[in-house]
Amino acid sequence: MEGKSVPGKDTMIRITRKVEFSAAHFYHNPDMSPEENRRVFGKCNNPHGHGHNYVLEVTIAGEPDPETGMVLDLKELKEILQSEVVERMDHRHLNYEVPELAGKIPTCENIAGVIWRLLLPKITKGRLDRVRLYESPDLFADCTADAANGSGGRK
Amino acid sequence: MKTSLTRRYRFAASHRLHSSHFTAEVNQQLYGKCNNPYGHGHNYVVEVTVTGPVDPATGMIANLGELDPFVEREVIEPFDQRYLNEEVAEFQASVPTTENVAREIYRRLEKFPAARLERVRIEETSKNSFEYAGEGD
Repeated sequence: MEGKSVPGKDTMIRITRKVEFSAAHFYHNPDMSPEENRRVFGKCNNPHGHGHNYVLEVTIAGEPDPETGMVLDLKELKEILQSEVVERMDHRHLNYEVPELAGKIPTCENIAGVIWRLLLPKITKGRLDRVRLYESPDLFADCTADAANGSGGRK
Repeated sequence: MKTSLTRRYRFAASHRLHSSHFTAEVNQQLYGKCNNPYGHGHNYVVEVTVTGPVDPATGMIANLGELDPFVEREVIEPFDQRYLNEEVAEFQASVPTTENVAREIYRRLEKFPAARLERVRIEETSKNSFEYAGEGD
């Protein structure tokens, strides 16, 4: 649709809010032997755990409201990120203290997926476009709306 | 919801932009400082994005224990601290612009067996970046 004026499409805006949290984790699959765990997960299998300063970028896509000029008030998004993500995960041990991650290996991919599912029902203006979670500056996972379903949220 | 994983790698290399299709004057005019016959270099950053199902047993799209050595062997080892024009066979036939470097890195990494390569993005400097996501899409 590039170059064409499609009503409702050509003015779409993406807004992104960043938030940080620090948490501990380790990787261990109880269905695998200790040797297998060490082979697959390496240093990340250390049962004492280790931690990261996670950086989360959440992108909302939509049309600016004609009255406010906003897709979604960033203050509102900040509060959602605070209650859904920071309060759940900041200064927590992800293996033990976050019920949504129970039974999952708390990798960057899985944490990003949990955050996507937590945020999806809370975004009532615009739609959730992308969750990007940095475990370090050199490693991040992205969750985006599945093209096959058209959208992760409301169109 | 679709999930992808991106890892950033680094290499430092020299290159010279010069096309055998043009005269010396045209090369000088087209590539400017980058045409300096002695070459020059950059600290390249390579972002590699892979997609695929998250394996429930590992929580991973791709195990970095496999991706890191693959990228190291296919790209970092042959590119790092090299003169791209002469030491990477591909660039004896094509100009090692970062557009072409991105395509060549994509071609090399496309063979990664454990996940699907989605995109290669290269920062030539902190101000210039180039992306290649293959043909098709």
